[in-house]
Amino acid sequence: MGASQTRTGNEHQHLMDKTGFSSEQIKNLRKRFLQLSGNEETIRNQRGDEAGAFQEIGFEQFLMVMCHFRPPTLKMTAEEKEAMRKEKLRFLFNMHDTDNDGTITLEEYRKVVEELLSKSGAIGQETAEAIADAAMLEVASTNVPHMAPDEFYEGITFQHFEQILKGLEMESRMNIRFLDVDTTTMRCGRSTS
Amino acid sequence: CALHRGAPSCGSSARLTAPTCVLLLLLFAFVSVASASRDDAPGGNNETGRAPPEDSHHHHQQTNSSTHHKKAFPVLSFNYEHVRQPFEISLWILLALLMKLGFHIIPRVSNVVPESCLLIVVGLLIGGIIKAIGEKAPMLDSKLFFLYLLPPIILDAGYFLPIRPFTENMGTILVFAVVGTLWNTFFVGGMMYAVCQIEGAQLGGVDLLSCLLFGSIISAVDPVAVLAVFEEIHINELLHILVFGESLLNDAVTVVLYHLFEEFSHADTVTVGDALLGVVCFFVVSLGGIMVGAIYGLLGAFTSRFTSHTRVIEPLFVFLYSYMAYLSAEVFHLSGIMSLIACGVMMRPYVEANISHKSYTTVKYFMKMWSSVSETLIFIFLGVSTVAGPHAWNWTFVIFTVILCLVSRVLGVIGLTYVINKFRIVKLTKKDQFIVAYGGLRGAIAFSLGFLLTNSQLKNMFLTAIITVIFFTVFVQGMTIRPLVELLAVKKKKESKRSINEEIHTQFLDHLLTGIEDICGHYGHHHWKDKLNRFNKAYVKRWLIAGERSTEPQLISFYNKMEMKQAMMLVESGSAAKLPAIVSSMQNIQPRGPARPRAIPSISKSREQEIRKILRANLQKTRQRLRSYSRHDLLIDPFEDGLSEVRFRRQRVEMERRMSHYLTVPANRQEIPSVRKVCFEPEHQVYTYDTDGESLRGRRASHSHPSASDAAGLVNESTRRPDQSGAAEPRPKAPDDQEDQDQLTLSRCLSDPGPNKDEEGGGSFLS
Repeated sequence: MGASQTRTGNEHQHLMDKTGFSSEQIKNLRKRFLQLSGNEETIRNQRGDEAGAFQEIGFEQFLMVMCHFRPPTLKMTAEEKEAMRKEKLRFLFNMHDTDNDGTITLEEYRKVVEELLSKSGAIGQETAEAIADAAMLEVASTNVPHMAPDEFYEGITFQHFEQILKGLEMESRMNIRFLDVDTTTMRCGRSTS
Repeated sequence: CALHRGAPSCGSSARLTAPTCVLLLLLFAFVSVASASRDDAPGGNNETGRAPPEDSHHHHQQTNSSTHHKKAFPVLSFNYEHVRQPFEISLWILLALLMKLGFHIIPRVSNVVPESCLLIVVGLLIGGIIKAIGEKAPMLDSKLFFLYLLPPIILDAGYFLPIRPFTENMGTILVFAVVGTLWNTFFVGGMMYAVCQIEGAQLGGVDLLSCLLFGSIISAVDPVAVLAVFEEIHINELLHILVFGESLLNDAVTVVLYHLFEEFSHADTVTVGDALLGVVCFFVVSLGGIMVGAIYGLLGAFTSRFTSHTRVIEPLFVFLYSYMAYLSAEVFHLSGIMSLIACGVMMRPYVEANISHKSYTTVKYFMKMWSSVSETLIFIFLGVSTVAGPHAWNWTFVIFTVILCLVSRVLGVIGLTYVINKFRIVKLTKKDQFIVAYGGLRGAIAFSLGFLLTNSQLKNMFLTAIITVIFFTVFVQGMTIRPLVELLAVKKKKESKRSINEEIHTQFLDHLLTGIEDICGHYGHHHWKDKLNRFNKAYVKRWLIAGERSTEPQLISFYNKMEMKQAMMLVESGSAAKLPAIVSSMQNIQPRGPARPRAIPSISKSREQEIRKILRANLQKTRQRLRSYSRHDLLIDPFEDGLSEVRFRRQRVEMERRMSHYLTVPANRQEIPSVRKVCFEPEHQVYTYDTDGESLRGRRASHSHPSASDAAGLVNESTRRPDQSGAAEPRPKAPDDQEDQDQLTLSRCLSDPGPNKDEEGGGSFLS
C-alpha cells in the first residue's frame, strides 16, 4: 500500500467531507471492512439473490451506510439536527420499502413486523398481521383523518412516516458509537441480530 | 400525577375554601393541643377506674345510704385515652390531605407555587399556632421518617422507574451521584472549616470532622423534594431521569460518608487505612443493598407466579416484599433506598406479567396513594419542626452554607459534564447542565440525618443551617424553576401515549442498532442489552412467569394491552357516539387485491395455492391462539382445561370488542351480547358468537367456513366490498342476503359441514 498512500490520503479527505467521519474513525472502519471482506476490496452479498439488493459493496458504500448512524454533535443547529433526523428516517423508510416505489404498503409493513416477531417464538402469523394492520390503521387515521369508506390508503409515504415517528426523536436514538481509537475487540464473522 | 389535576375552579368555591382552611387549621391545632395536654392527665374517666374507689367507698361507708355506691348506669361516657394515638394519627393525615385538596381548588396559587412549598407553609402555621398556645409541637422523628414515611415514596419511584432512559444514562447518573456527591461533601466541608477559622464568627469549636460530617449531610440531592418539584414542571425525560436517578443513587454515598464521619468524630485519629476501609464500605453498602433488593424482588416475582388462585392478596406481596427488602438492608446498614429500587425494578416485569389487571391497578393506585400521603406529611412535619425545634442561629455559618452549596453544585455539574460529554453519544448542552444544577434540591432526608446527630451543641447550629438550605432550595429554586424552564425553552415531556408504530420502531431500532454495532465490531451498549434480553428470555422468564406468557414477546404484550385499553374505552364511552371518529376502517387499508375495479377476476392457480397453504397453516395454530388470550380472564384459571365453555364465551366477547374497533357502522355495535356473527375483512379471524352452548362446534364450524367457500366465494367477497358502506360482511354470503345476514349466516355457519376443516381452515389469508 506504499505507493497509494497519497491516494488514500486524498480519498480519506474526500470521504471525510462526504460522510462527516473523522480520520481515525475512517481508518478504523477501513480495518473492520477489510476484516469483514477477507482483505478484498468489496464485501459480497452472501444471501443470494434478493431482488433489488446489491451483489457487492465497496468501502465507500459501506461508509455511506454507516454515516447514517452518526450521532449529532453539540455544535449543530436546530436545522442541521432536523436534516439529520430526516436523513435517518429516510434510511429507515428505505429499509422498509423493499420495492422502492416510495410507499410502504401493507405487505411490506407486515413483513417488517413478522421479522421482528419471528425470532421471538411461536405466537403465529395472525398476531403479526393484526399488529401490522393496527399500525397501518393508525398511520391512516393520523395522517388522513377523513377518508371515505371506499377510499383506499395506498401506503405510507415518507411524509406520513415522518409524522408518525415524530415523537421518537431519531437523531438522539438512532446512533452508535464510532470509536476514535483502535479497539482490540473486533470480532470476525457474520453479524447476528 | 394526573390524579390531582383538573379540579374545577369556581370563584365561589375558592372563596369558601379560604375560611374553611383557616377553620380546619384551628380545629387541628385545638385537637393536637388537647391531645398534648392529656399527657399528664390520669386516665380518670374509665369505668374500670371507678371500681376500686367505689369498693373502698363501699367498705367505709356501707352504713350510709345506698345511693353512694349505686350509681346510675352511664348511658354516654367519654373515653378519649383509649383511642388517643390512632385518633391523632388519623386526624393528622386527614387534615394534611384536606389541605392538599384545598390547594388545588385555588388554581392561581397552585400554578405559581409548587405544592411542597405550600405544605411547608401550612406546617409552619400549625407549628406557630401550637407554640402560641404554649404546647410542645411534635418533631419529625427520625425513626418515623426513615421507617414509615420514606419507603412508600422510594418504592413508588423505583417501581415506576422508566427503565430504558435509566439504563441508557446509567453512566452519567452514576458519575453525578457518586463523584458529584463526594465533590460536594468535601468542598462544602472543607470550605466551611475554612470559614470557621475566621476570627469574628465565634465558630472556633467546630473542627474539621464535624464540618465534613455537616458537608456529607447537606450535599445529597433529595429524592422527595426532586420528585415533588419536577413532577409539576413536566420536563423532558432525559433531564428528569438524570436528576432523579442521581437523587436515588446518591443514598449509598450519603450513608457511607455519614457513618464514616460519625465514627471518625468519636475516634481520635484517622489513618489512611480507615479511609481505604471507607471506600470498601461504599462498595459493600451499594452492591449489598442492590443484592438484597434483587433477591427480594426475585422472590416476589416467583411468588406471584402462583397467585392465580388468590388474586386478592397479590398486591400485598408486592408491598411486603419491597418493605422487607428495605428493612433487611437497614439491618446491615446497607443502603435501604438502593435496595428498594432494586427490588422494584427486578420485580416489576415479572409481576406485571403474572398478576391480574385489577391487581395491577390496585398496586399502582395504592403506591401512588401512599407516596402522596407520605410526601404531604413529610413537608408538613418539616414546617412544624422548624417552628418547634431548638435553634442556634449563626449568621456567618448559615449564609456561607447556602452560598457554598450553590457554588459547589454548579461547579460540580459543570466539571463533571465536561468529562462526561467525552463519553456520551448525545452530549449534554448548557441548558441541560443548568437544569441539572438548578434541580439539585435538598429536603427532608438531610433534616432527618441532622436530627440523628448526637453532639448537641453543634447539632442545633447544624440543624438551623440545614433547615435554611432546605427552605432556600425548595422555596426559591422550586418556585423559580418553572418560569426558568419556560424561559429557556427546555424541551418538555411529550404528552401523547405510545402508539403502536412507535413501539414497533423502538424494537426495530434495537435490533438494527445491535446489528450495526456488530458490524462495526465493538461491544457497545446495544450488544449487552441484547445479551441480557436473550438471557432473560431463555432462563429467567421461564421460572418467573406463569403459563404461556413467558414466551410472549414484548411487542405482543404491548399490542394486547393497547387493544384492551381501546376496547374498554370504546365500551365506556358508549359506542354510537364514538365510532364515527374512527373513520379509516380496515378496508381502507386493505389492498383490493387483483380485482380492484368491479369486474370479476379469476384468481390464478398459484394464488389459490398460496391461499390454501396459508389457511391450512393457520388453522393448526388455533389452539395456541386461544390459550394466548387467556390472561384477560379474571375468573378463569389459566391452568384449567382449555375447552371450558365459559372461557370461550369470554374470549369471544373480548375478540369481538377488539374487532369492533375496526367497524364503522354503528348499528352493529349495539348487539354486543346477543347472537351475532361478525365476519371480517379477509385478514381477520372469523368467529361465531352464540350464547347457547354450541360454542365448540360453532367455533370449529367458523373456521371451516372459508374452506367451504372456494375461490368463487373469495371473489364474491372482493366484489362485494365496493358496494358496502363499510359494514362488516360475513364471508360466504349469498348476494341477496344482506339484510338478514346475521341470522342466516349463523345458521349457515352451523350447518356447514366440517369435513374440510382438517385440510384447510379458517383464518386470515392474504388477498
